[in-house]
Amino acid sequence: MSLNEQVLSYPIPNDTALEPPAEWAELRGTCPVAHVKLPSGDQATLLTRYADVKQVLADPRFTRQLNAPDAARLSAEGGGVFNSEISTIIPDGGAEHQHWRRLVGKWFTAKRMAALRPSMTEIAERLIDDMVERGQPGDLKAGLGFPLPVYVICDMLGVPAADRDRFSYWSDTLLNLTRYTQAEIEAAQGEFFQYMSDHLAAKRAEPGEDLLSELIAVGGPEDGGLADIQILVTGMALLVAGHETTANMIGKMVSMLLADRSRWEALLADPSLIRTAVEETLRLDANSGFGLPRYLPEETEVSGTVLPRGTTVVCSMAAANRDESAFEDAAEMDLSRSPNPHLSFGAGAHSCLGQALARTELQVVLEVLLRRLPALELAVPVEELERVEGLAVGGLRTVPVRW
Amino acid sequence: MKVIVDEVKCCGAGQCVLIAPEVFDQREDDGIVILLEPEPGADQHALVREAAAVCPAAAIEVSEGA
Repeated sequence: MSLNEQVLSYPIPNDTALEPPAEWAELRGTCPVAHVKLPSGDQATLLTRYADVKQVLADPRFTRQLNAPDAARLSAEGGGVFNSEISTIIPDGGAEHQHWRRLVGKWFTAKRMAALRPSMTEIAERLIDDMVERGQPGDLKAGLGFPLPVYVICDMLGVPAADRDRFSYWSDTLLNLTRYTQAEIEAAQGEFFQYMSDHLAAKRAEPGEDLLSELIAVGGPEDGGLADIQILVTGMALLVAGHETTANMIGKMVSMLLADRSRWEALLADPSLIRTAVEETLRLDANSGFGLPRYLPEETEVSGTVLPRGTTVVCSMAAANRDESAFEDAAEMDLSRSPNPHLSFGAGAHSCLGQALARTELQVVLEVLLRRLPALELAVPVEELERVEGLAVGGLRTVPVRW
Repeated sequence: MKVIVDEVKCCGAGQCVLIAPEVFDQREDDGIVILLEPEPGADQHALVREAAAVCPAAAIEVSEGA
């Protein structure tokens, strides 16, 4: 039976940590608009070609209304972040979304990120010192990848260092589609919501230099600002969107570069490759998680296939990023690839708000690691790296390293 | 080379500023693109082409030969 006739289970099972499942190439070639069955049992339509994924992500007819009554549920327990009611408080599209995006976007400009570099470098150096002190082999994910982005976001939100670990737990719980029970997810969401309400009240009473204080200072909707509940949810969303994604990518990036140590050596010899190397690991990340779901409130056509109203589409950016029609030698890692218009941050009006932050964090981590631990290597064979199961965002369980 | 930017499409990703800071900037108050140099010099052409190619919102248009 060909892929055209069968209904694939999605996510597609994959035993290797860093390599793509064989089905991607076959789907791109012969079945670019494929029927898939989600963990909930609901059906969706999977897109794997570069041109289709790019077009759909930028097309406002493909909405993010995953809470529509006939939208596919991602897992039996619900859809985690994607289907939650909380996700409806931030405007989904049109002028209101653009207004929200621009109020928050000023915090993620290239200049702001450049200004954050010194403090990020300091955080990375301190975390690496601690890891080295604990002795080798060490787990680069637990020691560096997981804490760094949550420290950076907590700083941006004005959250004290003492509360960082609670933030880590909440973001882990809210992004997981299968590991936690519905009761645990709801409890975490409730605690997080309460914490942020108290935190906002404190910022209102005593404003700081942080993003939330400035959003409060703009005023309410009548003054061109956001409603209280929107500020609160924005704070929650920034943590959930910015923590686990980057944390996992740090571990995957380093693993990909160490899997063939000539890559690491090329970067040691020429650190000016750091920027393009980061982009190339983002492009080739075969374990980026679920992809982006979209819901169709009206009939629409993709690649000559009519998709009926009510269809839930899943865009696999990771499969699209390996499309030979968009990238020369798409399966090869080229540390100097340029331009590299990969879709790992999405495309269009909803493309990742925090992409400049993520890029800066990844560049800083790589720069500091190359400088401080030039002898870095994986402490286990690549085949023994294990995937984390159950996350909307894919990652490795641990990244054991020596130096 | 002539460069046109679309402020309505722009999503403030900042890639153009990272790649070609002499040609692009972002507004302080919302992160939207500012075109510093609509007719950049030859030394900037490769960078401008890269910035246009990777812009997630396809908000940069480059016309060559002009």
